[in-house]
Amino acid sequence: MSQISSSPSIPVRNLLPWSAAVPVLLIVAYLVTMDSAGLLASSGDFLHELMHDGRHLLGVPCH
Amino acid sequence: MIKDFFLRGLGAGAVAGLLAGLFGFLVGEPFIDQAIAIEEAAAGAGHSHADELVSRGGQAFGLFLATTLYGLVIGGLFALAYAFVKGRFGPANEQTLAVTLAAGGYLAIVLVPFLKYPGNPPAVGDPETIGQRTVLYVVMLVIGLLALGAGAVIHRRFGWVAAVPAFLVIVGVAYAVLPAIQEVPQEFPAVLLWNFRVSSLGMQAVLWGVLGSVFALLSARRPVRV
Repeated sequence: MSQISSSPSIPVRNLLPWSAAVPVLLIVAYLVTMDSAGLLASSGDFLHELMHDGRHLLGVPCH
Repeated sequence: MIKDFFLRGLGAGAVAGLLAGLFGFLVGEPFIDQAIAIEEAAAGAGHSHADELVSRGGQAFGLFLATTLYGLVIGGLFALAYAFVKGRFGPANEQTLAVTLAAGGYLAIVLVPFLKYPGNPPAVGDPETIGQRTVLYVVMLVIGLLALGAGAVIHRRFGWVAAVPAFLVIVGVAYAVLPAIQEVPQEFPAVLLWNFRVSSLGMQAVLWGVLGSVFALLSARRPVRV
């Protein structure tokens, strides 16, 4: 095995702080792919319509 | 450092999202345009694209925005997942691991939900049921991730011979139990539906493929010390 193959695992306690990034990323994902229910209805209509084609092609339910 | 992985994931994700957007623009957009023409011909069905908040040109630009943001999100999540599975699950070689993880992500997050609740072009789908369809789609995606995780755990102990059937059984049971959705209008062209769906899968394949490859390339150029 070459050196790059010996990959030690990262302790969970080092990973935990980074789990805070997950909800932030998921909110962005929600705004891009979902929001058909219109959580941002008033301000979100523009973004919703703007990313319409992307949502269809990403394969998520659109309308 | 996990930060290095994270930034690497965001970078690879942005590149992947942009290229996926390019693929979508070149391959998928014509099918969306055809579907919108059908939608507008069937007057009053669904929401109208005639009185637009955003023009069709704007939506083509929005495609790049959507895929790039989506790529960033997937890239970030990918990097954190990579930091966790490294040294725990999957191939020991870091580049092989990156590509394997991307393939797993495509399988669980794209293919598993898609085969049960495939993406639809405009003019397909009842706006009344969007909430229900969205929930079912997310449920199927989560089951895909759980099945992938279960597969990884079982693979570590019992190998492929047990991991693959376990994955398929979990996904298969979910397919059988969750309700079917059939909202394709009788008169919608089958060829157009097929072309759209293949282009949709293709765009996601570009996204995950580029993400895994770029992440692997960056790993090879500068290994992260942990």
